[in-house]
Amino acid sequence: MGLRYVIVGAGVAGIAAAESLRTREPSASVTVVTDDPAGFYSRPGLAYYLSGLIPETQLFPRSPAELRALGLTWVQARADALDPRTHRLTLADGQILAYDKLLLATGARAALPDFPGSDLDGIVTLDSLADTRGIVRRARQGLQAVVVGGGITALEIAEGLNARGCRVHYMLRGARYWANVLDPDESQLVEDHLRATGIILHHHSQIREAIGKRGRLVAVETMTGERIPCELLAVAIGTHPRLDLAQSGRLKLDRGILTDAYLKTSAEDVLAAGDVAQVYNEVTGKATLDTLWATARAHGEAAAATMAGIPTPYRSAVAQNVTLLAGIPTTIIGSVGGGEDADLVAIARGDSETWRMAASAWVVVDPHPVNRLRLMLGEQTLKGALVMGDQTLSRPLQRLIAANADLTPIRQALLADKSAVADLIMSFYAEWEQSHADKR
Amino acid sequence: MTFVARSLTLDLIRAEVLATGQVVADSVRCVQCGICSYNCPIGLDVRAYVWCSAAIEDSRCLTCGQCIARCPRGVLRFAPTDRSRA
Ligand SMILES: Cc1cc2nc3c(=O)[nH]c(=O)nc-3n(C[C@H](O)[C@H](O)[C@H](O)COP(=O)(O)OP(=O)(O)OC[C@H]3O[C@@H](n4cnc5c(N)ncnc54)[C@H](O)[C@@H]3O)c2cc1C
Ligand code: SF4
Ligand code: SF4
Repeated sequence: MGLRYVIVGAGVAGIAAAESLRTREPSASVTVVTDDPAGFYSRPGLAYYLSGLIPETQLFPRSPAELRALGLTWVQARADALDPRTHRLTLADGQILAYDKLLLATGARAALPDFPGSDLDGIVTLDSLADTRGIVRRARQGLQAVVVGGGITALEIAEGLNARGCRVHYMLRGARYWANVLDPDESQLVEDHLRATGIILHHHSQIREAIGKRGRLVAVETMTGERIPCELLAVAIGTHPRLDLAQSGRLKLDRGILTDAYLKTSAEDVLAAGDVAQVYNEVTGKATLDTLWATARAHGEAAAATMAGIPTPYRSAVAQNVTLLAGIPTTIIGSVGGGEDADLVAIARGDSETWRMAASAWVVVDPHPVNRLRLMLGEQTLKGALVMGDQTLSRPLQRLIAANADLTPIRQALLADKSAVADLIMSFYAEWEQSHADKR
Repeated sequence: MTFVARSLTLDLIRAEVLATGQVVADSVRCVQCGICSYNCPIGLDVRAYVWCSAAIEDSRCLTCGQCIARCPRGVLRFAPTDRSRA
C-alpha cells in the first residue's frame, strides 16, 4: 500500500501540494481536509468580486470535474486535534484520520478588532468567500460604511464598497496610508486617488467604540468623540496564521508554524506551507512570514516533493506583489520599507516581512507626478524597488533584484541624475539581459 | 483610466503581434483571479495557461489583447512567437 498523505487546508498551498503529490505518485492516497464549504478559490480575487469586476462563479480556478479528476479524498470538516506521536488527526465530528505524512496549510485569518461593540452585526472582515458574499449582500447604494485598517485589503474593501455605491469613510490611525511600505509621496498619490473617487479619508482617527441598536451597528465613535453613523464597518488590521491545530500537536511556533527550509515542522512527518508557515531562510538566517499567493503555491509544491521522498527546499524568491492601489498599478519588490504602521496589528494580506528588512540603502526616486519609481540601492546591488503607474520597468527591476545584478557601472549616474533613472535602468537592463542570455 | 491608456498602446503594436506574437505570462505575479478568462471574447481559459507558465498556444487566440489589458497584475504581455515561455 502506498503512503497516506493528508493535507489540511484547500487554499492555494494545499491544492498546489495535492496536485504535485498526484503527479509524483499517481496511485497514492491523498486526502484534503477543509472547513471552508466553498473549497478552492482565488482569495485575492475576492476583492474583484466585491468591486464587481467578476462574478462569483469566476473565482474558482478548478472546475468540479477537474478536481474530481485529481482523485483526491475530499473531507469537508474542521480538523481539531493533531497527535504527531500516533500520526492521527481528529476532526470536529470525532472522526479520526491516520496519516503517514501530513501537511498543515491552514492559512491565516483576519485579526479581529477589540474595541467595545466589536461583536455587533454589521462589523465584517474580508477573509473568505462567505465573508465577501455577506458584504455584497449588505452593500447597497447610499449605505454609510466605515473602513478601518491598512495595507492592500483595507483599500480594496473601501474601493469595492465605493464601487457598489456606498458612502465610504476610510479611517487611518496615523498620518498616512501604509506607512511601513510606502514613502510619504506614494501614500499621498494613493490618498489623492481615493479622494477623487469620492472616498472620505479621516487621518489620526481611531475607533473608541462601535455603537449598536438591538445588536446592529448604527455608528462608530472615534477617540476624539466624533460620531460617524454607519451600518457597515469593515476591519482589515492584519492577519494571524491559524495555529490552533499545530498548537494541539505541540509543534514549535513563533508568529507562525516554524519550519526549516524544507517546510518540515518540529514534529516528525508534519510539514507546513503557505500563510501559516514561518519558514527558515538559509540566506538571511531568519524565519519569516509571507502572506502572498505565489509564496504559498511555491511552499505547497516544495512540501509535496519533500513528502514524496525528494527533499526539496523552498527557494525563496524575492518577495513581490503587483496590485492596483486606488487604481494605480503598483509593484513592490524586495526591501522597500521599514518601521511600524499604526493601522496594522499584524501582517497584512499580500505582504511580506522581508519588505521591511531593508539594510542600509540609498534611496533614489524618480518623482514623475503619476508614474513613480523608487529604488533602494545597496553598495553594489538593488535591494528593492517600488514602481507605481507605468509598469515598463517592473519586470526588468524584478529580474535585476532577483539576480542580485551588480549595478556598479551605473550606480554613480543613478545617484547623480534622478530624472534619468528610468532610462539608465532600461539601457543597463537591455545590456545585462543580453550578456545574461549569452551566458546561458 | 490606466486601462484605456494601456489598451491604446496595445492596439498600436497589435498588427505586428498578429503576424508574429502570442500572449505569454509571468506566472509568479498571477493570483488566479480569473479576470483574464472572464474577458477573453472567445472564452479561452487564459488563467489555466498562466498556472502552467505556458504561452497561449491556442490557434483561435485573436491576439486582441483583452486579457493583457484587463489583468490587474501585469502578468500577461505579447512576445514574439519564438520565445514561447516567459
Ligand atoms: C482580500 C484578500 C486580498 C489578497 N491580496 C493579495 C495580493 O494582492 N497578493 C498576494 O500575493 N496575496 C494576496 N492575498 C493573500 C493570498 O490570498 C494568500 O497568501 C493565500 O491565499 C494563502 O494561501 P494558503 O493556502 O496558505 O491559505 P488559505 O488560502 O487561507 O487557505 C487555508 C485553508 O485552510 C482551511 N483551514 C484552516 N484551518 C483548518 C482546520 N483546522 N481544519 C480544516 N480546514 C482548515 C481554511 O478554511 C482554508 O480553506 C490576499 C488575500 C485576501 C483575503
Ligand atoms: S487576470 Fe491576471 S492575475 Fe488574474 S488570473 Fe488572469 S493572469 Fe492571473
Ligand atoms: S489575446 Fe484576446 S483572444 Fe487571445 S487569449 Fe487574450 S483575450 Fe483571449
